[in-house]
Amino acid sequence: MAGLQSQDYIRRSASTLTPPSIRNHEAEVAKLIDVSRCIGCKACQSACMEWNDLRGEVGHFEGSYDNPLDLDPSTWTLMRFTEWENDKGDLEWLIRKDGCMHCEDPGCLKACPAPGAIVQYANGIVDFNSDACIGCGYCVKGCPFDIPRINPVDHKSYKCTLCSDRVAVGLEPACVKACPTGAIMFGSKSDMTAWAGERVAELKSRGFADAGLYDPAGVGGTHVMYVLQHADRPSIYAGLPDSPQISPFIQGWKGVLKPVALAGLALAAIAGFLHSMIAGPNEVQAEDEAKGRRLLGEGDEAP
Amino acid sequence: MIRPEGALIRYTTVTRINHWITAACFVLLVLSGLSMFHPLFFFLSALFGGGQWTRAVHPWIGIVLVASYAGLVAQFWRENFWTTDDTAWLRKFDRVLVNQEEGVPEAGRFNAGQKFVFWAMALLIPALLLTGLVIWEVYFSAVTPLVAQRIALLLHSLLAITAIAVWIVHVYAGIWVRGSLRAMTQGYVTPGWAWRHHRKWLRGLASREPAPRPEGMP
Repeated sequence: MAGLQSQDYIRRSASTLTPPSIRNHEAEVAKLIDVSRCIGCKACQSACMEWNDLRGEVGHFEGSYDNPLDLDPSTWTLMRFTEWENDKGDLEWLIRKDGCMHCEDPGCLKACPAPGAIVQYANGIVDFNSDACIGCGYCVKGCPFDIPRINPVDHKSYKCTLCSDRVAVGLEPACVKACPTGAIMFGSKSDMTAWAGERVAELKSRGFADAGLYDPAGVGGTHVMYVLQHADRPSIYAGLPDSPQISPFIQGWKGVLKPVALAGLALAAIAGFLHSMIAGPNEVQAEDEAKGRRLLGEGDEAP
Repeated sequence: MIRPEGALIRYTTVTRINHWITAACFVLLVLSGLSMFHPLFFFLSALFGGGQWTRAVHPWIGIVLVASYAGLVAQFWRENFWTTDDTAWLRKFDRVLVNQEEGVPEAGRFNAGQKFVFWAMALLIPALLLTGLVIWEVYFSAVTPLVAQRIALLLHSLLAITAIAVWIVHVYAGIWVRGSLRAMTQGYVTPGWAWRHHRKWLRGLASREPAPRPEGMP
């Protein structure tokens, strides 16, 4: 969205100042993916490619419905198919639309060293600004969901934008528009949470006792949420993290180390300055020269 | 190179070139690394042609530094073994700090402080290389697990900060002990300098057969 002023940032990567944030009277949005209503048609994947003009290289059939096998720089959303045997021994086909979760507390943004390369708008969308991206891959390490992918050609990081360009002008994301079963819904986060409640109640009435909403608190909640039939076991859905959070290594690096390290280095420099002022330089004295030369002279004369 | 009468060779031409290549690499690595470490320093990336260039060039400078420091290790390791004299020297460090070196155990070619810097860097630089390879996105991101990359990021930063702290000590010592910088730029020290700071080294030079000719150095 470079070139358009959004002026509604609530977070901006690698920034020590408050980003332009005056136009913040926006409802937080959310995309709700109801896994129980998904038929695996991949219309969302196609719509994503079409709207965003993404065309990945044609690969090979790998013996799975997952196609391509993983997210990549030109695959921002991906249907992941899991054949899961439930406790009664029946097969359940779990189909999860994978992609950026648009965390309320985004690990990618926290890890990013380039000012403004990752931003979060007041509506909650986490967006990558490729002009500022330096291709370091720190966002990949910061992300608890393993979503961003670095393009080896232009060294830029890519992921789902939640169609921030569409949402900014009052449209729903392309995947939502394309979904034929209503498995992907879009609206304010409160509306989506309420709708998910109805869906969960219905699933429970149909025997899915552990049905629930996936809106993980470990990342402050997400702006992409799932209705899961088995919300007590998210990881059976092709490795959806059970309790995602920003890695403690990333937290330690970006939380504690940054200020402590700078303070430590500043103290070392200040200590040097003070020593220089108090003790002063260690200079060779004339008597040192005399003694040094005498020692060398004696060395010469030694038998 | 013009040197005064009686000058003692402290560092050969090869050593000095080797040292300053290492120094240049280290400074460039600090500038580019800090720009990717803290937003306050991101402006330093402009020195390298922007963020993308900084990200791309930093690891290569690191490779040059590793090779260059290996050269210094090859030249200096023998004279940097820790001895009981060094421990005794450290015990009198309070005297050294206030420039009163009489009564402090005589130092050989390198004193305990210099040995500390030498070995600290000899450990830190390979560790920085290893952790740096893990987070070298372009070549190694596909062959290491994400958790290893996360740990490597934290370690690389920690090690780098430690190395910068050691480097501050090293640079300040060079400013503090007058005559040291010239040893590394022009290669020589005076007999007085050697007497004051590295008397055991001077005694070694004096007793060597045939004796070094301090007068009329070429």
